[in-house]
Amino acid sequence: MRVLVTGLSTFWGGRAAQSLEARPDVEVVVGLDTREPRVPLERTEFVRADSSYSILQRIVQATDVDTVVHTHLVVDSTRVSGRALHETNVIGTMNLLAAAGAPDSPVRNVIVKSSGYVYGAGSRDPYLFREEAKRTSPPHTNVERSLLEVEAFLRDFAADNPHITVTLLRFTNVLGDQLDTPFSQALRLPVVPEILGFDPRLQFVHEDDVVAALMYATTHDLPGVFNVAADGLLPWSEICSMVGKRRVALPPLFTNAAAEPLRLLRVVNLPPEWLDLLRFGRGMDNRRFKEAGFRYRYTMAGTVEAFARGLRLEKTIGTKAAPSYKYEREVEDFFRHSPAVVRHES
Amino acid sequence: MDDRREPTTAERRAGIVDLPAAASRELVPVARPQLDEDSPTVDAERGGDVDTWGRSDKLRALTRTVYEPFYKHWFRAEWEGFEHLPTEGGALLVANHAGAIPSDAPVIMHGIERDLHRPVYGLAEYLFRRMPAIGTMWSRAGGVTANPDNAYRLLHDDRELVLVFPEGTKGTGKLYQDRYQLARFGRGGFVEIAMRAGVPIIPIAVVGAEESMPIVWKSRRLAKLIGLPYFPITANMLLLGPLGLVTYFPAKFRIRVLPPIHFDESPDQERYSRSRVMDASELVRRQIQDALYDMLRTRKSIWT
Repeated sequence: MRVLVTGLSTFWGGRAAQSLEARPDVEVVVGLDTREPRVPLERTEFVRADSSYSILQRIVQATDVDTVVHTHLVVDSTRVSGRALHETNVIGTMNLLAAAGAPDSPVRNVIVKSSGYVYGAGSRDPYLFREEAKRTSPPHTNVERSLLEVEAFLRDFAADNPHITVTLLRFTNVLGDQLDTPFSQALRLPVVPEILGFDPRLQFVHEDDVVAALMYATTHDLPGVFNVAADGLLPWSEICSMVGKRRVALPPLFTNAAAEPLRLLRVVNLPPEWLDLLRFGRGMDNRRFKEAGFRYRYTMAGTVEAFARGLRLEKTIGTKAAPSYKYEREVEDFFRHSPAVVRHES
Repeated sequence: MDDRREPTTAERRAGIVDLPAAASRELVPVARPQLDEDSPTVDAERGGDVDTWGRSDKLRALTRTVYEPFYKHWFRAEWEGFEHLPTEGGALLVANHAGAIPSDAPVIMHGIERDLHRPVYGLAEYLFRRMPAIGTMWSRAGGVTANPDNAYRLLHDDRELVLVFPEGTKGTGKLYQDRYQLARFGRGGFVEIAMRAGVPIIPIAVVGAEESMPIVWKSRRLAKLIGLPYFPITANMLLLGPLGLVTYFPAKFRIRVLPPIHFDESPDQERYSRSRVMDASELVRRQIQDALYDMLRTRKSIWT
């Protein structure tokens, strides 16, 4: 198997590449990103691209990859500007699919990491979304709009290319002590924001299960859409108390205006998607992926507890020591390609 | 290709670069034992007992304790045909709906949970979920928004008792002069869900709710302004002032459970014949209406 991983410098891309390297059936891993990888990689070849991946077609042709793992969809709107989000998600995916669907393309599997944000969150929603469920309200944030556009591209792509297996994984909000998301940030605060009078049921998935799900999709033939979310839903209040945090209420009216000073002071960066999520929550039906054979390593309560433990460890030993790994092209090239390095066949 | 390429000015102007904050926020992985294929699923003790539907057994028990005196001494609820309620398996309970702030749902749910020891999930308007505090309490007490998928899941997958009022706000928003005249039963969606889930429908006729909070006048314009389905002036408000918003008249509640209606249709079909659905819906409606007339014929007083 020859695999191309997009978004190599992201948490997901890095972890996915590490897992792929460990597998003997994977001959080649090519990683693509705008930034350098942040985790040490042994045999992944890093290629720098611009954010919209215009270089992709050449890479696909040159490396003869048969599987593309597209982890580079931005779902956290607090990280990038609206314009960059559009470039990365929509234009990036468009270029990716154009390359993968070219007449003589070697690609046979496309795995895309999408998000439960495509379902939105609203009062009319079903309590657990099935994969075929439609949104009950039009999207009103950039992330939701761009992800819906990406998914529409993918549907067309899958229809136009019946010989390619397209796996679309919709992940619910991810929680884990090694990953930085708005939820993990909020739960690290001394007091955690909530919206007065609302206690939404939320569903997370553990970061390890996300990587495991991506890997599972590379080894199994899974055409279609799959929700990825841990078993069970927990109210926000219970999540906060499991992590040992008190809550502070934002007003139910003009919530966005009340959150703005917090954003400006950089106390907490409430993504616009949260205004609905912290009111109505969101549940996803995870049965289809389980029926396809995937086994979750963490339940919802297990995910929150694992995060709480990570937080306790952090409290004692501190966090964010200087990064232990820095990418140096010359060094990496030396270890990968120099005839002086003794390579052990495994 | 230049390795350490800075974003070009054009790119920076267009915003096609990651914000500087993004770079500094990534965490350094701390070694954690990796789970392999055979390791058991990681679960944890929970602090609360709120289920997937938002219902909390503990809160429900507390509500029952508080509500019991009202049930017993204020409304003096009296049941007939209680044995028609199943002790296990899913069933869709269908009842008539009345009172400006409907008093029938709590009485029915309380009575069944108290004497049958089974939870009842009450389907209701989306409106509840949008109301701060009230919505949360409503959900913890067993309220679920009336989404077809929710109803199907509760009945089919979780095999629970689900209470629904097909009249919806047409029932609760009617004037006192129209009391005990059943409104249209929606579009028969409740029948379709019962068929799809393969569960029986149990019709329930309730007498007393109409008189507990009768609407004497309503304003369409004010309702529109506030965004409510109706804006009522109730007899309770006229008599008790603002206190009338939260005080019911002590009308005697009589509840008659009718024999379950089973459907021959096989469950989980893509679609069901419209005429069959509408016929069944009309049958349920007529049964409840007839039971109501019958009960009103024998009722000598509203209050005793």
